[in-house]
Amino acid sequence: MFDFKLPSLGADMEEGKLLEWLVKPGDTVDKGQVVAVVDTSKAAVDVEIWHKGTVHALLVGPGEKIPVGTVLATVLEPGETAPAAAPPALRPAPSGARKRISPAARRKAEQLGVDCALIAGTGADGAVTLADIERAVAGGTGTAAAEAAKALHRPASPADRQAETRRAIAAAMSRSKREIPHYYLFETVALARAQQWLTVANEGRPIAARLLLAVLQIKAVARAVKRYPEMNGYFRDGGFEPAESAHVGVAISLRQGGLIAPALHDADRKPLEQLMRELTDLVKRTRAGSLRGSELTDATITVTNLGDQGVEGVVGVIHPPQVALVGFGRVALRPWVEDGKLCAMPTVMASLAADHRVSDGHRGALFMAELRELLQQPQDL
Amino acid sequence: MKTSYREAMRAALHEALESDPRVFLMGEDVGRYGGTYAVSRGLLEAFGPERVRDTPLSELGFVGAGVGAALGGMRPIVEVMTVNFSLLALDQIVNSAALLRHMSGGQLSVPLVVRMATGAGRQLAAQHSHSLENWYAHIPGIRVLAPATVGDARGMLGPALADPDPVVIFEHAQLYNLEADLPDDWRCDISRAAIRRAGGQVSVFAWAGCLAKALQAADEVASEGIEVEVVDLRVLRPLDVETIAASVRRTHRAVVVDEGWKSGSLAAEVVARIVEECFYDLDAPVARVCSEEVPIPYAKHLEEAALPQVSKIVAAVKSVLNV
Repeated sequence: MFDFKLPSLGADMEEGKLLEWLVKPGDTVDKGQVVAVVDTSKAAVDVEIWHKGTVHALLVGPGEKIPVGTVLATVLEPGETAPAAAPPALRPAPSGARKRISPAARRKAEQLGVDCALIAGTGADGAVTLADIERAVAGGTGTAAAEAAKALHRPASPADRQAETRRAIAAAMSRSKREIPHYYLFETVALARAQQWLTVANEGRPIAARLLLAVLQIKAVARAVKRYPEMNGYFRDGGFEPAESAHVGVAISLRQGGLIAPALHDADRKPLEQLMRELTDLVKRTRAGSLRGSELTDATITVTNLGDQGVEGVVGVIHPPQVALVGFGRVALRPWVEDGKLCAMPTVMASLAADHRVSDGHRGALFMAELRELLQQPQDL
Repeated sequence: MKTSYREAMRAALHEALESDPRVFLMGEDVGRYGGTYAVSRGLLEAFGPERVRDTPLSELGFVGAGVGAALGGMRPIVEVMTVNFSLLALDQIVNSAALLRHMSGGQLSVPLVVRMATGAGRQLAAQHSHSLENWYAHIPGIRVLAPATVGDARGMLGPALADPDPVVIFEHAQLYNLEADLPDDWRCDISRAAIRRAGGQVSVFAWAGCLAKALQAADEVASEGIEVEVVDLRVLRPLDVETIAASVRRTHRAVVVDEGWKSGSLAAEVVARIVEECFYDLDAPVARVCSEEVPIPYAKHLEEAALPQVSKIVAAVKSVLNV
């Protein structure tokens, strides 16, 4: 049997509110299956489980606010049979992985013959408290905790949600500017080839299936970090942990204000058509508030594109614990010299904000040159 | 009519000097200057230099003289200006006063009262801001009192003098200006803690300078429907474990507030007693609000940040309730 715990769905997340269980005890679950919906301060997130097994017990009820790391459910390993249910009274609590039960609640439960394993805790650290036992006895085990939680936490209004989103962004960005020594590099990238290639590639495609420049940019960043791994990964516990995969976080603004940068997984390896589909889907789901936990936590580098808003360039703030952020401004025609001749060239200002604890300007510059060259060869992306 | 803590203490000294010719007061500046905190003002004029004696700046010397006088049948009240300077007299208090009954096989008793100011909060910097009540509360053979109210300032000295063994009374320096109505019955049982506010959800244990903060925190959370019981330990040795445990058995949750540093603090002792006596009654881990483990800073904002404050007590109360 193993514990299914509330994962951190972002560096700035400390707690979440369980909205809904999508499984019940006895259901089999597969790796990657969405089993619960959790409200973070930013969005309602589908939380996946990463172990195969059979759900044994749900320990947290809908409506409860719980800190990251709280055991949400216990799950039996494939082939494992459920431990025999303990007779209600006068049996010592099973040893091993201990559910948190306050000493007073434990004694009360024993006196009343209540099985604490079936009761969701509302005390500090998710412990079962005296009041939980009393409620369970008064109102039937399953719903007691949820009702209690509801009474304690009123549903968040849109204004509350907006304020919480703002707070979460404030916390992450303050941490970034406090902890990360940023350095910044800029490069103007010629886009004639990329635009020509897109025009040809999009010929005959229905509008919905057309490739956008953004997807070329994302793919180029993903490919470039494979050559310059010090832009890709996390700075944690005083050291850099390079990431194996290139999961590109895409900054997506929310209608009610604020932004989220969920990950496009393995962006370096996927064909452009697939990336485009996934990007469209990601934007839609982000704005609908139905992201998966892994999408919120897996990004290894972030790309932000503020060109649509008309700015020339971006000086980005790195999303901790990541170590780099690439920004793109608007595509603009600029006077340009190529092969000794003056011409009008569509260009974009690409910028890099990178973590000086992990890399230096020299490597950053090589990374930017690589990005520039990749965007000159769109057919190879 | 309101009485100040200082006036209540002075009235207690006056009564003691008047009612028992064996009682005398000595210490630095207690006579002509009227006491560093003006507690003994007017006593020299009322009782004369034999009964109210200024001493040289020599804590080891005059506390030792107090021990000798007590052995000789007097009832000395020795004022050490502050706990900070009492470190110079530790040998007399710990090795002589506290142990002579034991070392003499019960033949000698030391009916000595030592009063001293304690505590931080007035920007006097690290060397003059100690809260070392716990050092004395560690020692068998002495009783340690910490009056935190006007009533206790009035009522503790009498029974302390009546105790045949040494008693150390800590007066938190920030309390001297505290004003309150003197209760009609200010007599004090110096073996018991006092419940200053009854409540059913969390017991907050505090004493001396932290009691008022604990009461204020209780007021604040009361507006959110949280009922806090505030227990004034007031007797720091021997601890009134019975009252402490009874309170925790009612509320199932405890927060201990101590102006001393957390490591090896009196708060640590109180928590240990709670766990020993009431483990199965606890519904949440016990929380402590102590001073930060730094020398008490001089700068006002840093000093405030280092000491237990109402907001920290409120946060601790809420954490044990998980609200």
